[in-house]
Amino acid sequence: MKLDSKIPAGPISDKWTDYKDHLKLVAPNNRPKIDIIVVGTGLAGASAAASLGEMGYNVKAFCFQDSPRRAHSIAAQGGINAAKNYQNDGDSTYRLFYDTIKGGDYRAREANVHRLAEVSANIIDQCVAQGVPFARDYGGMLDNRSFGGTQLQRTFYAAGQTGQQLLLGAYSALSRQIGLGRVKMFNRHEMLDLVKVDGKARGIIARNLVTGELERHSAHAVVIATGGYGNVYFLSTNAMGSNVTAGWKIHKKGALFANPCFVQIHPTCIPVHGVNQSKLTLMSESLRNSGRIWVPKRKEDAEAIRAGKLKPTQLSEDDRDYFLERRYPAFGNLVPRDVASRAAKERCDEGFGIEANDTNEGVYLDFSTEIQSKGKQAAYAKGNHNPTPDEITKLGKQWLEEKYGNLFAMYEKITDENPYETPMKIYPAVHYTMGGVWVDYNLQSTIPGCFVAGEANFSDHGANRLGASALMQGLADGYFVLPYTVSNYLADEIRTGKISTDLPEFAEAEKSVKDTIDKFLNNNGTKSVDHFHKRLGLIMWNKVGMARNEKGLTEAISEIAALKEEFYKDVYVPGSSDELNPELEKAMRVADFIDLGQLMAMDALQRNESCGGHFREEYQDSEGETLRDDENFSFVSAWEYMGYDISKEILNKEELKYEFIKIAARNYK
Amino acid sequence: MSSAKNININLKIWRQKNAQAKGSMETYKLDNVSTASSFLEMLDQLNEQLINDKKSPVAFDHDCREGICGMCSLYINGRAHGPETGTTTCQLHMRKFKDGDTIYIEPFRSKAFPVVKDLVVDRSSFDRIQQAGGFVSVNTSGRTIDANATPIPKHDADRAFEAAACIGCGACVATCKNGSAMLFVGAKVSQYALLPQGKVEATQRVLNMVRQMDEEGFGNCTNTGACEVECPKGISLENIARMNREYLAASLK
Repeated sequence: MKLDSKIPAGPISDKWTDYKDHLKLVAPNNRPKIDIIVVGTGLAGASAAASLGEMGYNVKAFCFQDSPRRAHSIAAQGGINAAKNYQNDGDSTYRLFYDTIKGGDYRAREANVHRLAEVSANIIDQCVAQGVPFARDYGGMLDNRSFGGTQLQRTFYAAGQTGQQLLLGAYSALSRQIGLGRVKMFNRHEMLDLVKVDGKARGIIARNLVTGELERHSAHAVVIATGGYGNVYFLSTNAMGSNVTAGWKIHKKGALFANPCFVQIHPTCIPVHGVNQSKLTLMSESLRNSGRIWVPKRKEDAEAIRAGKLKPTQLSEDDRDYFLERRYPAFGNLVPRDVASRAAKERCDEGFGIEANDTNEGVYLDFSTEIQSKGKQAAYAKGNHNPTPDEITKLGKQWLEEKYGNLFAMYEKITDENPYETPMKIYPAVHYTMGGVWVDYNLQSTIPGCFVAGEANFSDHGANRLGASALMQGLADGYFVLPYTVSNYLADEIRTGKISTDLPEFAEAEKSVKDTIDKFLNNNGTKSVDHFHKRLGLIMWNKVGMARNEKGLTEAISEIAALKEEFYKDVYVPGSSDELNPELEKAMRVADFIDLGQLMAMDALQRNESCGGHFREEYQDSEGETLRDDENFSFVSAWEYMGYDISKEILNKEELKYEFIKIAARNYK
Repeated sequence: MSSAKNININLKIWRQKNAQAKGSMETYKLDNVSTASSFLEMLDQLNEQLINDKKSPVAFDHDCREGICGMCSLYINGRAHGPETGTTTCQLHMRKFKDGDTIYIEPFRSKAFPVVKDLVVDRSSFDRIQQAGGFVSVNTSGRTIDANATPIPKHDADRAFEAAACIGCGACVATCKNGSAMLFVGAKVSQYALLPQGKVEATQRVLNMVRQMDEEGFGNCTNTGACEVECPKGISLENIARMNREYLAASLK
């Protein structure tokens, strides 16, 4: 398939403005004649639905949760980037653009990323206007903090709940449109297929999760904003319901799936506690502003800690290895996520892990240095120039509580340990997926009329996303990109008229969904859906995880293909189709995860290089850093579905051209 | 988590096939529950056992399991979100229970939250209150004023944030003897009332949200304060007082 990214010509800083000025419009009187479906109500979906509703289109929005406000964007903790330069530390659109391209290890499209950086400042203005209560300083101005992969402070935040506040802002905009009747909201509905008529996206089949009824919804355009696929690993920081089903259904209908192997494994998550673990919990990257990551210098000490014979607080500074500060002095604890995760894995693989679980995988995130320095500052600010150690410690802890109180409380609830007194134990976990449905500059997939936004698309983060950039991308896509590009597409649809759901294409799609449901319910297997999901997760984590190699990937591909056969033969799904049936919902999602898992392994196997979150053990330098191969792999891999057997998928390539940034080895030393 | 051990527990769980059906408490025995597990992981374990026995698993709402999405609910041993103050059900851990304990699990019960199935209830009334006025009427063009053009005193911004931290779980309603939603609505009204951006529409907002709240069948507030105690996010009663002031001022206009 010939891929046309539709990147406009011209200098990078003018592309979006010029392009936008020449896009086609739909006049206000024609917009009410046009229907748009938006699936997913996270930052991208809610902002898109609200904006398109405001413009006057008829919007139908869908979410599987009981309310659009539950979408998993809500759990984002640390912040949102924007090139405002409020801190006067040299930030600019170009720097945000550059940091994002470099952070993504030169595997993202320049034009998309520049557009993202350009609109970033508007996002903050918009959110403040909506009443989003960002953190402020005593002068009443917005506060900022640092995130990984940058050397300045451009991250806006609301304690450790930035995603919540931004999502509730987008939800409020969406709610306004629902109240005005311009958006019709379908809670507890799941999209189970895309309907194509004459090659164009014309609607969806959705299941009402309460009654089990299958519904046909038609539209002139369909926006998929259903988030990432991290739950393919079973354990991840995603919500339990996060899934790839909408993205996978459109893939099966002709949308290419790009860079599936680019997965972000986040360095600071709470380690696994046992076999019944259902998910992993992130401790925000913002904590790396204040925390220092270390393991014991001596293996004996690590062993003694695991055995409960030694406490981390008993180890002197000289006995600690602050391995990020040691290896990457220029960025220290604030290296990008992929770099920090691999460094933690390296230490644990060498036997320095401190967690007493099955794998000994865990490192410390220690706040004691920050308690002292911030405590002293606070004492001085109060006019106490000769504070006692106790006063310093007390004030330092207060400072931490104000900045990160909710995260510290969450940590204590989960682990039963007090992080103000003893360092946090953390370990990398699957967090975000840079890969996703392939889209062009308009965020349109290879199916005309089917747009994909937010984490569900592949477009902006290359092989590694920088912290606090997911929120930025979700809102940029929904508020500031789709309203223009979707309208441009719809300008040719003003004469189409209402699309009938009686068309044979709708009947056919509905029947195929019904057949799948019936097949699962009548399967009479012996094992639960979770049984298969956990097995898939183990294969993925061990062989398509933080470190990959040819042998493991080859094994993973055949193991997953075999698991698929077993799943369809032996999965047991209780209950019926005409009721709330969470097991049935899970079965259909896991079926798609199995397919995608195999494709991820195939993608990782063909990419004979290391870049960003994709680390192939065969391709590293003598210090264990990633070795990119720009000559042969400077492309987006875009996979084309060829039927039930995933191994038959065809690899298409979109060449990446760097015209404005000089491509270089990524260096954080 | 080296301090973890396994316990055996008895469960009494509300089962109800659908909104129309009559429900009842059913008894289950669950062995080898790790004290490091979360409460919902314990229910996962029960469901795995039920599925393996070809019995119907228990339906319950949950999603993020990080205490922020507000989707989990449950009345546990007579308290919304269980025995631990300031904690959602998903963040409650089994180390808070003892070997041999009997745990009672019921749905959030309130007139405005009808049961959908087992422990799942319908809280869409909260969405409708939000749709009635819980927003600032600003279009999403990005063409507003610069975010720092209007300084907001840190104290006000912090109070607005504390109110905005509400997760919309409905524990306040479930725990209130009157089934009142005043804490939820008060928090949203307060967030906007404390910020300059929210002031323009303040009058209409509070009137519309309170009207919708009444239409949904929520009860009145009699200042018992149970909502504040059970709120997993520590939303303060001050927000109800602030809403009452806003409502009074709006009514007199």
